[in-house]
Amino acid sequence: MRIAVLVKYVPDAAGDRHFTPIFTTERDAVQGLLCELDEYAIEQALQLVETAGEGQVTVLTMGPDNAAPALSRALSMGADDAVHIVDDCLAGSDALATSLVLAAALARIDADLILTGMASTDAGLSVIPAMVAERLSLPLLSFASALRVEGKYVTIRRDDDEATETITTTLPAVVSVTDRTGEARYPSFKGILAAKKKHIERLSLAGLGIDPAQVGLLGAMTVMSSVSRTPSRAAGVKVLDEGSGGIQAAAYLAANGFI
Amino acid sequence: MREVLVLAEHERGQISKSTTELLTLASRMGMPAVVHLGDLTESARSVLAEYGAGKIYIVDRPAVHEYRVLPAAEALVTISVQSSPVAILITSSAEGKEIGGRLAVKLGSGIIIDAIDVAADLTTTQSVFADSFIVRANVATGIPIITVKRNSTTPVAAPTTPTIVKIDVKTSELAMAATIVDRTPHDQSSRPELSDATVVVSGGRGVGSADNFSLIEDLADALGGAVGASRAVTDLGWYARSNQVGQTGKTVSPQLYIANGISGAIQHRAGMQTSKTILAVNTDPDAPIFDIADFGVVGDLLRVVPQLTEEIARRRS
Ligand SMILES: Cc1cc2nc3c(=O)[nH]c(=O)nc-3n(C[C@H](O)[C@H](O)[C@H](O)COP(=O)(O)OP(=O)(O)OC[C@H]3O[C@@H](n4cnc5c(N)ncnc54)[C@H](O)[C@@H]3O)c2cc1C
Ligand SMILES: Cc1cc2nc3c(=O)[nH]c(=O)nc-3n(C[C@H](O)[C@H](O)[C@H](O)COP(=O)(O)OP(=O)(O)OC[C@H]3O[C@@H](n4cnc5c(N)ncnc54)[C@H](O)[C@@H]3O)c2cc1C
Repeated sequence: MRIAVLVKYVPDAAGDRHFTPIFTTERDAVQGLLCELDEYAIEQALQLVETAGEGQVTVLTMGPDNAAPALSRALSMGADDAVHIVDDCLAGSDALATSLVLAAALARIDADLILTGMASTDAGLSVIPAMVAERLSLPLLSFASALRVEGKYVTIRRDDDEATETITTTLPAVVSVTDRTGEARYPSFKGILAAKKKHIERLSLAGLGIDPAQVGLLGAMTVMSSVSRTPSRAAGVKVLDEGSGGIQAAAYLAANGFI
Repeated sequence: MREVLVLAEHERGQISKSTTELLTLASRMGMPAVVHLGDLTESARSVLAEYGAGKIYIVDRPAVHEYRVLPAAEALVTISVQSSPVAILITSSAEGKEIGGRLAVKLGSGIIIDAIDVAADLTTTQSVFADSFIVRANVATGIPIITVKRNSTTPVAAPTTPTIVKIDVKTSELAMAATIVDRTPHDQSSRPELSDATVVVSGGRGVGSADNFSLIEDLADALGGAVGASRAVTDLGWYARSNQVGQTGKTVSPQLYIANGISGAIQHRAGMQTSKTILAVNTDPDAPIFDIADFGVVGDLLRVVPQLTEEIARRRS
């Protein structure tokens, strides 16, 4: 079984994320890392291979040079090899361009199963999985809280507001997994050492046969016209509970028309 | 007037509130034309008419009732080719985004995700990076596809008499590839739905145990609100995952949000910081939640919360 996992290198959400003057995400000011929600997808891929007793897990990212540590982390968790699509022309790519590039890279791999996270932790659009599936003419089972592969079939459980559903389709397919699938493993010391010997293939747009005019800011089908900081919420009144904290809170609610 | 397509969201024959919000936005830039998959009930028709649908396309095929994403995307392609709409508006639900993503690729159109507003000239507004930035953007190529977050607009009634058009769409083989083999509906809570509630009372790790969550429920009931929880709580199994507020849970924007024993991590704030009024109870005076709270009580929630619930009852009687 060949499993491809899409992973994104993102700025740390705890940092002060902001934009460059040309409206791309400022990547130097904030520490970057492997999207935490993509670790769940890596974990599921590793478990599927462990259960099957055979298989290969390839992680792919499209991102700048400094995204390489994100791939190394995935390799030290246990992925077998990695593909890094890096090209200066990619800066400022919108979702359509990103999916075009990822689909082209996936087409070279011929995976049985493509796993993704439920959303990136920066833009968090949750739209790349559907776009990639569409470009590859594959079914997508989205927001899996559990998944299993049996022969030619992949089956997921999805817990949404209304119901719990069991959904199945035939391989090859794309599956996006949520943070409910179970904790992702930490890279072990052995894993970190082993990762150093694993291969990261670097691919450029030329290598994928994609015209640079289709991607990046040039090819963007969506154009940002302005960015402004939301005025931050001012902290209000803070009282210390000395026996009547609840009563004071009720008085505040009453004064503001909530009671 | 040119059409603006609005994909209807409906469950058990009822049109969702978010669809009426989309109709209000759509009327700013053209004639709202609804795309409705499956049978149109009389109640659905009258809600759509009340909120300004000039036209309703009904796409009725059995497959549509199953895994709906691809049939919906394919129907929108067929209708778009016929009517070349000004824009296509879809609710930003998990399903809506999946439909939008597929549709953008099919039409070769740009897509804006999670807009909180759309102007008459189709400029969209997004609130990004945990609501710390406001971004304005436009679709530059193709028919603009815009997914809009729930509860971002107040629906405005604009009664019309819609024309009904039945459309036959050929569903592809790929659209039938995924099958829902089992569906178990959740028990309906008697409390308001979290995403739409005007009051949300949430508990975090500071609540201490699953049993103590009854204190949070009692306060929620006293205020007629919904119950929320932090991820720490849902990970511990103290409360259901469907009640989680935050980046990987629900986004709420109530009139009043009460955070009890919640530290205020960025991922939690991402789901609640556009609440109108925020009240926080926490033993730690330096908890980040106090930075965004309008009113904070530094104290033990096990004492403060029951006292607050009691005081509300006393004031009401
Ligand atoms: C604040 C903000 C708002 C934006 N709004 C829009 C918009 O409205 N429309 C638009 O077209 N573009 C928009 N973009 C650009 C868009 O975010 C990028 O194109 C991005 O690469 C894809 O979207 P995402 O990060 O939301 O991914 P998601 O769709 O949330 O990602 C889901 C999964 O896809 C995989 N994945 C995503 N990106 C990569 C990658 N680079 N490499 C490998 N795997 C990946 C991961 O498995 C991830 O978990 C926006 C960007 C920002 C920063
Ligand atoms: C990718 C990702 C996605 C995430 N998504 C979400 C999400 O959707 N939602 C979410 O909530 N989190 C999310 N998180 C987790 C988030 O980072 C925090 O870990 C989480 O919100 C912490 O929950 P908490 O505030 O209940 O617990 P803690 O941070 O442990 O805080 C508990 C608080 O309770 C206070 N306290 C203790 N005892 C009492 C008492 N008796 N009375 C009053 N106060 C007391 C403490 O002072 C403390 O401030 C996500 C994290 C990641 C990495």
